Amino acid sequence: MTTKRHRDLGLTDEQVLEIYRIMLLARKIDERMWLLNRAGKIPFVISCQGQEAAQVGAAFALDRKKDYVAPYYRDMGVVLAFGMTSTELMLSGFAKAEDPNSGGRQMPGHFGQKKNQILTGSSPVTTQLPHAVGVALAAKMKNDPIVSFVTLGEGSSNQGDFHEGLNFAGVHKLPVITMVENNKYAISVPIEKQIASKTVADRAKSYGMPGITVDGNDPLAVYKAVKEARERALNGDGPTLIEAITYRLTAHSSDDDDRLYRKSDEIDEARKNDSMITFNKYLKDTGILTETIEKQINDEIIQEVNQATDYAENAPYAQPEDALKHVYEE
Amino acid sequence: MPVMSYIQAITTALKEEMQRDENVFILGEDVGKKGGVFRATDGLYETFNEARVLDTPLAESAIVGVGIGAAMYGLRPVAEIQFADFIMPAVNQIISEAAKIRYRSNNDWNVPMTIRAPYGGGVHGALYHSQSVEAVFANQPGLKIVMPSTPYDVKGLLKAAIRDNDPVLFFEHKRAYRLLKGEVPEEDYVLPIGKADVKREGTDITVITYGLCVHFALQAAEKLAEEGIEAHILDLRTVYPLDKEAIIEAAKKTGKILLITEDNKEGSIIGEVAAIIAEHCLFDLDAPIRRLAGPDIPSMPYAPTMEKFFMINPDKVEKAMRELAEF
Amino acid sequence: MVVEKINMPQLGESVTEGTITSWLVKAGDKINKYDPIAEVMTDKVNAEVPSSYTGTIKELVAQEGDTIAVGELMCYIETETSNQQTSLENSQAEEKGIEEQNDSTLEKDQSMKKRYSPAVLKMAQEHQIDLEHVTGTGKAGRITRKDLEKLIAKGKNQSTSESVSVSATSKANSAISEPTTRQQPTAYSGDVEIPVTGVRKAIAQNMVRSKQEIPHAWMTVEVDVTDLVRLRNNIKNSFKQKEGYGLTFFAFFVKAVAQALKEFPQLNSTWREDKIIQRKDINVSIAVAKEQELFVPVIHHADDKSIKGIAKAIQELAVKTRSGKLTADDMKGGTFTVNNTGSFGSIHSMGVINHPQAAILQVESIVKRPVIINDMFAARDMVNLCLSLDHRVLDGLVCGQFLARVKELLENMNEETVNIY
Repeated sequence: MTTKRHRDLGLTDEQVLEIYRIMLLARKIDERMWLLNRAGKIPFVISCQGQEAAQVGAAFALDRKKDYVAPYYRDMGVVLAFGMTSTELMLSGFAKAEDPNSGGRQMPGHFGQKKNQILTGSSPVTTQLPHAVGVALAAKMKNDPIVSFVTLGEGSSNQGDFHEGLNFAGVHKLPVITMVENNKYAISVPIEKQIASKTVADRAKSYGMPGITVDGNDPLAVYKAVKEARERALNGDGPTLIEAITYRLTAHSSDDDDRLYRKSDEIDEARKNDSMITFNKYLKDTGILTETIEKQINDEIIQEVNQATDYAENAPYAQPEDALKHVYEE
Repeated sequence: MPVMSYIQAITTALKEEMQRDENVFILGEDVGKKGGVFRATDGLYETFNEARVLDTPLAESAIVGVGIGAAMYGLRPVAEIQFADFIMPAVNQIISEAAKIRYRSNNDWNVPMTIRAPYGGGVHGALYHSQSVEAVFANQPGLKIVMPSTPYDVKGLLKAAIRDNDPVLFFEHKRAYRLLKGEVPEEDYVLPIGKADVKREGTDITVITYGLCVHFALQAAEKLAEEGIEAHILDLRTVYPLDKEAIIEAAKKTGKILLITEDNKEGSIIGEVAAIIAEHCLFDLDAPIRRLAGPDIPSMPYAPTMEKFFMINPDKVEKAMRELAEF
Repeated sequence: MVVEKINMPQLGESVTEGTITSWLVKAGDKINKYDPIAEVMTDKVNAEVPSSYTGTIKELVAQEGDTIAVGELMCYIETETSNQQTSLENSQAEEKGIEEQNDSTLEKDQSMKKRYSPAVLKMAQEHQIDLEHVTGTGKAGRITRKDLEKLIAKGKNQSTSESVSVSATSKANSAISEPTTRQQPTAYSGDVEIPVTGVRKAIAQNMVRSKQEIPHAWMTVEVDVTDLVRLRNNIKNSFKQKEGYGLTFFAFFVKAVAQALKEFPQLNSTWREDKIIQRKDINVSIAVAKEQELFVPVIHHADDKSIKGIAKAIQELAVKTRSGKLTADDMKGGTFTVNNTGSFGSIHSMGVINHPQAAILQVESIVKRPVIINDMFAARDMVNLCLSLDHRVLDGLVCGQFLARVKELLENMNEETVNIY
């Protein structure tokens, strides 16, 4: 039997099972969204597939009741772990009035939910990074013992806001954790054409903070890195940059044909390291995930996704003139 | 009632708001020990210490972006952009983020942030220390743009901006900083954002403008009054969203309307004012709507001859007002 | 069993059509919801299209290789229950409802009938169109530029199709200024139709011209003529006996006006676009009614005449008018009109200026009224003098001064000051 690495990290069997469940739920919701898109029912999908381990592993290292997150558009795993429900995600996919992220105003993947400390996001990339730094600054000013956690893709780490934000956090030693989910592609452009340094984590040095590269397919490795970063932040030792190496298993979005720029062998190879398989194996090897439990989890998730889809599909749209609401405080 | 300069009114408003609400803090370049390059935050660092008067790295997008984050956490940041001309790196944060956060989150999140920036020319500031940038932001619902013209308005409107639960751009005319002085009550007061103010009553022509140009118009109006021409002067105070009611009322009052801005003419704030008047006042107009504005060149040149050519001044205003009165 | 359609989905933003590269099902296949049914290629993506229903494929309508538009039929599927897209249909229905409502809110009001746009005013001036008589097709009866363009075009068409002896432009103009182009009121049974001819027609044309060209403004003063009434009543019988005709109040008023006009020649003038002509002679036109007609004969050199002379002139002109013996000379050269509206019992009126003069004064009825003098009520003979002025020529200030002068002259007319002869 494999050693229970999670125990050394302070995670219980129930917790790792919950990590797995949320990863799988994210995957299944994502797959359903693709089907709905291809059936012409929702206009757009942008995926988390291949990055669930990094997302859920990181979220579990945070205080999900108090810490703030500024997720990017692929972070379904993060927002599920922070309390957003399958139904809420489906409502967003269908752009229905009840969508808590935006009431049907934004494309799916543009998360935001104040009650779960999820900052609202937009489409121009990396703008969320200074926001997370601002939350950290505010928390520090108020002496609130929390951290803020921000994610982005490796392509986005070229934006000015990445450098401006990290430098600001480094100068003022703010409790902010930045996790770059390096999935090797910025739409079609591979990492070699994006980043001159060897790793994204190398960039941390310029901003006076530790830069750590971890295996993003291993939720426990990511958990460990984020947990340590959080402790440093709360001790007043400032920010951390974490680079989680993942792989984007789908095209960039439902509008993208990835066969134009990458070979299917490459994807097949990556699928062998898909965390859904590897973490499933770890849980089975450690005896935590039995056949019975697995079937139960799978059944529950399928039912949950079906219910969420039906509910969202039949839910009302916002009234046309609701478009006029909430420009300013009313 | 104490008399203070335009910039003293700013410092006073900042200080009083910081005393009133511990969530108010300042961030920007050189705002701390130096007290700002124009000294608008003079003495605040000493009073409130570094935690609330924060010198940031030289990076405008971060100043605004970090401010937005702090505002979403519940603080009331007052970000200073050293010159309005340098706000451009932060435009993505202002337009894509601050302006849209309440709307895109369906009222879940909001950004109670004020962004202050000195604008305007006539100070030998050349291309990049002279611009009026309000028009860049004046078609962005979600933003409010305040441009006060007197020390009294400065104090009341800056306090209102800081207390506002939406992002406010607060543009201060840098030449007005020490040029304009006026009575400012010691007590706490706020003025409504989104409301224009009649600065002079008159029956012959209507002048609608904002910022430093309000004073040029008032000066010109006094001269013209000696000739029996009485100008009605409306100070927009908030240039976005515009006070349509006040504009329509002022336009209907005389039917002869002169619009003035220091900005380049095409695409400026007053173009929108003209459109509002055109939409609502056709049967009250007694003359074509006239615009007095800067020329359509990229910005104000350094050489005094060319700078003077660009700038609005009381003589240009008086000439335009007289022509309209005689029409 | 319900037969449902599966249509081409929109695969990608901006995509409008898709090509079926291969069908993954055939008629008769049983499939589950979300099972793939076809591979589709678009400009942006290649994708497997899933079924939206559980059921049996009934018919593949599109063939492999077919390119069909988004929303067009791909195949039919037989399902157990119909899948209603209620929410979508509802919202579409609501949108429709809103549009219909908008259509039905249009009303027939004429509140904008007299709101002339600058473009309409300019065209009306250039083409001498009387806007009073144009029917507007715009909102709330507003006359649009198009309305006038049509009217002008109509005038031109008429002229070209008619006699060659008339020049096109003059005919067009007259067509517009004549009532033929107006929408005509209809006479109903029992109504009497009276042909408009001669003097009536001339009156109508003059009035229209005056109102159309002259921007009228109005002013009224109240005059205490108690002394004048006493004076006239004392002498009227002896005057009649002596002269053979009556001494009316009107003669006194014309006298006062003639004298004031001498002092305020601005009112004794006429507008001529590039200049204002102030007349040397003071020739007062007086309005004389005759049954259905109105004449304005002239008291020439009224300022040279005594009250008796004026009274005589009035008498002669009135007699001539009623007997139809007015000559062209009697009607010529008026520079200012005084209208005896008081003779009809009027106490206030707004006269139409006698074109091309610059003003007209209406002398209203003399009425005994309580007036406060020295904080006590007194019964006084009061009269209103109502002035209409051409605002191009005159302003309130000079007219006010003029009226004040007339008032002063009248109030000081008494037995001691007035010499009838």
